[in-house]
Amino acid sequence: MTTHYLVLSALLFAIGGIGVLVRRNAIVVFMCVELMLNACNLAFVTFARQHGNIEGQVIAFFVMIVAAAEVVVGLAIIVTIFRTRRSASVDDASLLKY
Amino acid sequence: MPWLSILMGVSVLGALGVAFIKDDRLAKQATLVVSLVVLALTVAMAVQFSPNGDRFQFAETYDWIPAFGVHYAVAVDGVALVLILLSAVLVPIVVLASWHEAEAGKRSVRTYFALLLVLEAMMIGVFAATDVFLFYVFFEAMLIPMYFMIGSYGGAQRSYAAVKFLLYSLFGGLLMLVAVIALYTVAGKNSFLFTDLLGAIKDPTTQKWLFLGFFIAFAIKAPLWPFHTWLPDAAAQAPAGAAVLLVGVLDKVGTYGMLRFCLELFPEASKWATPVVIALAVIGIVYGAIVAIGQTDIKRLIAYTSISHFGFIAMGVFAMTTNAASGATLYMVNHGFSTGALFLIAGFLIYRRGSQFIDDYGGVQKVAPILAGTFLVAGLSSLSLPGLSPFVSEFLVLTGTFQRYAVPAVIAATGVILAAVYILWMYQRTMNGPTAEAVQGMKDLNHRERWVLIPLIALIIGLGFFPKPMLDVINPAVKETLTNVSVTDPAPAIAKEGQ
Amino acid sequence: MEPAEIISHTGGVIGAGWLLIALPLLGAAVLLLGGRRTDKWGHFLGVALAVASFVVAVLAFVQLLGFAPGERRRGVALYEFIPGVANMGLLIDPLSISFALLITGVGSLIHIYSIGYMSHDTDRRRFFGYLNLFVAAMLLLVLADNYVALFIGWEGVGLASYLLIGFWQYKPSAATAAKKAFVVNRVGDFGLLIAIFIMFSTFGSVAFADVFPKAGGASAGTLTAIGLLLLLGACGKSAQLPLQSWLLDAMEGPTPVSALIHAATMVTAGVYLVVRSGAAFFPADSTASLVVTIVGVATLLAGAIIGTAKDDIKKALAGSTMSQIGYMMLAAGLGVAGYAFAIAHLITHGFFKANLFLGAGSVMHGMNDEVDMRKYGGLRSLMPITFVTFLIGYLAIIGFPLLSGYFTKDGIIETAMEHSAILGWLAVIGAGITGFYMSRLVFMTFFGERRWAADAHPHESPSVMTWPLIVLSIGSIGLGGYLILSNRLMVFLGPAVGQPEELPAFHFFSPVGLATLALVALGAAYAWLKYGRAEVPAVAPRGSFLTTFARRDLYGDALNEALFMRPGQWLTRLAVFFDNRGIDGVVNGLAAGIGGTSGRLRRIQTGYVRSYALSIFIGAAVLAGAWFVVGTL
Repeated sequence: MTTHYLVLSALLFAIGGIGVLVRRNAIVVFMCVELMLNACNLAFVTFARQHGNIEGQVIAFFVMIVAAAEVVVGLAIIVTIFRTRRSASVDDASLLKY
Repeated sequence: MPWLSILMGVSVLGALGVAFIKDDRLAKQATLVVSLVVLALTVAMAVQFSPNGDRFQFAETYDWIPAFGVHYAVAVDGVALVLILLSAVLVPIVVLASWHEAEAGKRSVRTYFALLLVLEAMMIGVFAATDVFLFYVFFEAMLIPMYFMIGSYGGAQRSYAAVKFLLYSLFGGLLMLVAVIALYTVAGKNSFLFTDLLGAIKDPTTQKWLFLGFFIAFAIKAPLWPFHTWLPDAAAQAPAGAAVLLVGVLDKVGTYGMLRFCLELFPEASKWATPVVIALAVIGIVYGAIVAIGQTDIKRLIAYTSISHFGFIAMGVFAMTTNAASGATLYMVNHGFSTGALFLIAGFLIYRRGSQFIDDYGGVQKVAPILAGTFLVAGLSSLSLPGLSPFVSEFLVLTGTFQRYAVPAVIAATGVILAAVYILWMYQRTMNGPTAEAVQGMKDLNHRERWVLIPLIALIIGLGFFPKPMLDVINPAVKETLTNVSVTDPAPAIAKEGQ
Repeated sequence: MEPAEIISHTGGVIGAGWLLIALPLLGAAVLLLGGRRTDKWGHFLGVALAVASFVVAVLAFVQLLGFAPGERRRGVALYEFIPGVANMGLLIDPLSISFALLITGVGSLIHIYSIGYMSHDTDRRRFFGYLNLFVAAMLLLVLADNYVALFIGWEGVGLASYLLIGFWQYKPSAATAAKKAFVVNRVGDFGLLIAIFIMFSTFGSVAFADVFPKAGGASAGTLTAIGLLLLLGACGKSAQLPLQSWLLDAMEGPTPVSALIHAATMVTAGVYLVVRSGAAFFPADSTASLVVTIVGVATLLAGAIIGTAKDDIKKALAGSTMSQIGYMMLAAGLGVAGYAFAIAHLITHGFFKANLFLGAGSVMHGMNDEVDMRKYGGLRSLMPITFVTFLIGYLAIIGFPLLSGYFTKDGIIETAMEHSAILGWLAVIGAGITGFYMSRLVFMTFFGERRWAADAHPHESPSVMTWPLIVLSIGSIGLGGYLILSNRLMVFLGPAVGQPEELPAFHFFSPVGLATLALVALGAAYAWLKYGRAEVPAVAPRGSFLTTFARRDLYGDALNEALFMRPGQWLTRLAVFFDNRGIDGVVNGLAAGIGGTSGRLRRIQTGYVRSYALSIFIGAAVLAGAWFVVGTL
């Protein structure tokens, strides 16, 4: 019964992953990361339902909190980079190399 | 009284104090005072040492990491005692000699002197440690102050030399760490104490592997041919004072380790390795001397002579006769004095002229006779002129080796001829002949520099004619070591008249 | 008769025998450490302490004479030197006291002479410091009661010789000569050192008192090895073939040094070593003693030949020294019969050769330090005292009847003749050449035309220099006869070195002696024809192949250069190259390899977030794939 949910979760995760790999706009990359997190959340909740316990749901809450914290820090960084470099492209922020 | 802890404590506290003194002059004076206090305490300790008493004296043992059987355990036997004495004598001399050493660069002067005192504590610790793990800790920790002294206060290629020194030593050190841990595990005594580990490894194959781990570390440290190429770079780039401590004391940890740890912990493996070690030592003696002859840089030349001398020490250790081992131990001390003097005088010379190249000198004797005279005495001690202290040790090493291995001893004795060539040729090119233009007006040694050399030369001459006080301390310890290795001296063929 | 036993001794002058060494050592310490403060009175202190040492030696000699002949070997223990190996101690016996008297006696005279000779040198104090150091080391060498202490003295005199040859160190030739002397001597010392190792591992001791009695028990091979190695040491110190090359260069040193160290005392240390060890390691008719005689004869001829071709007065005398020490070596190799003659010749040679050298120094002093005999000539009337004393020394060395050399050299030749006719006749030929080159030297210097440089104003030396000459020439006249007639020295030395069962009788004008005299006269006459009567050209003529051969020191230096120096230089260069490129090359290559690899690897860190993400993705895929594969197995 829960297979559809898992397939949906996998699709969302794949979309997010491809987005992270191919998109250059930092905001979009960021949103794709969120998408991947939420795909995981869906999988967790589905497994909780499947096994009939609440551990998966508890972890989904943790993920949400981590995602929220990540948004705060990540967006702040993106905004700061945008302010100084006038660009939201992740390829422009490639100074930390070699 | 916990003598050894006091010695290290005074040095470390002194270093901390010196690091916080803003005034450079005051910092130097404080360093000198601290090192003299350490020397006085060491002498006071040495006087109370009874040569024929227990092997390890002034012992202190406290648990450090009980879960792994690691102890803070320090004590000295005759061998360690003379080496600690050597360190304690050399440090004040080096402090006085380095008075203007650190001023040339932009680096902090007081840090240099604080590092010297830290190094002194480490040197005392490494010789005093009777816990194998503690020994390892000091063995590695010693590198840190020396790394900074070379890397921050050295010559033009100091970073290359410092990194080479550090990497070489770390490589050996890590091999030793593996062996230390394996030793602990295989022995199964839940203790790193030297006395607990004595005779703990019975299996010959295990002994051989562990021996190699320790030996390579010590062979790099000593340095034995062919692990030697870091020494000329490090010694040539280090400030003269640091070079003295590096070659005079730090490197002795290698040969000391061979005598104390390789031989006693792995007696069977040591006997198994003896032919190879003696061969390497003999190669080192001749090779170091020949390469020294061809050097154009004074400090590199002295470094290569030391490689030759370390060959003698290693040969003496592994010849496993009382005379050879006592000679090797005495050699460690005497070499510290003679090469120390040579490095310091070379340092004075280089400080005046600003060049390390032999060809930039000539005829110094005419303008600076005292400098030339002391250089000659130091050089003669380096070529083991009888009547100066290195002769006694070299003679003992060769005699003792000859008792068991005649051919290597004879080949090694050719080093006697080569030594005359490298020292006297260097002396001739720097000090004799017409006075080179750049040397004109060179000032002779000042009072500070004379007081640096007076104690060294007095020791070299004094121990040359009266080595007995030192040998009386060394001999019982060495005999005990050889008993633990279960070897006996070969008896003379003709013991009685008319046989 | 075998040597007597060594009796341990305390008290009296002999008990205080260490003073012999300590007094000049004190002088050296004061003069060398005192610096310029001692310039004014330094030379007086040097002389005073040398003379004081001589006085102690005389007193010890007198005390020694008080004992019965069989009890004249006194061992004086001093202190424990190297526990279990060697103790410091003195052996005062007829042999060592003879040397001590020679060293301090002739040494004192040369000290006195040097006051005048070095009066213009600003470093005269340092010179006396070195001289005192030499006397101390030489006394330690001959007085030591074991081989290790002997070795300390042995290298100590080498050091003093190094310092004194290079005394005028600002001359590159002097500095090079000094270094050469030390290095060549070290080759000999290497032999002595190995001999000591063999002794210690065979007998368990290095003391004479232990080693000599036990020597009989050792195998013939061991004894021969020790003997030959001791001989190598002796060759180095005494400038015998093949280690002779340093002595001629050593003439770079001030002339009193040549007289004291390179003629009268130090170079005879090799003879001392052979005689001292003789009973134990050079028994008659052994291989070792045979080699000693061969070395002696070869050197006595080589030295004489070199002496014939040198125009430098000091080098001619140096060749002569080599040759005379060759005679001593020859005698020392003849066993018990020869020892007394070796020592007698050594003592008289000490006198007449010091006499000749100091005379040469006196000539140089008056001739602005000119050493080329072609620029001398006709000096006899201007330097009467120097001339007369030199003439006495000359007559003594060529073996003019009834002078010192006549007795001692004739003794050696006769003994050699009894031993082997070849050795004997070669020694006779050597004496003939001696007659030639010494006459040549005298004629070129004191006779013939005046060939001086324009600015030369020859004058007699001051009395502080001539008095030592007079004393030495008295020794050159009478000492030989005193020592040899009625076998005085042989009987005196008997307890120390042994003596033959039948004492030899000295024959005036034996057939061999007459033949020797005839050859010497022939040599002198030929010298007169070539250098006395004929004109001496200012520039040496090219001469035949033989002359060049002799002038070039029999190609000894060329041989050393070709065999040791050049290959050595190549070896050194090769070793340095190998060290830098080979061993250090491997180390640096390893470092460079690691550095290069990491340089390439770090390129992966592009800085693009998406490439990092891709690598994480690939990593996750690989892990998942691996897990899948493992899971299905």
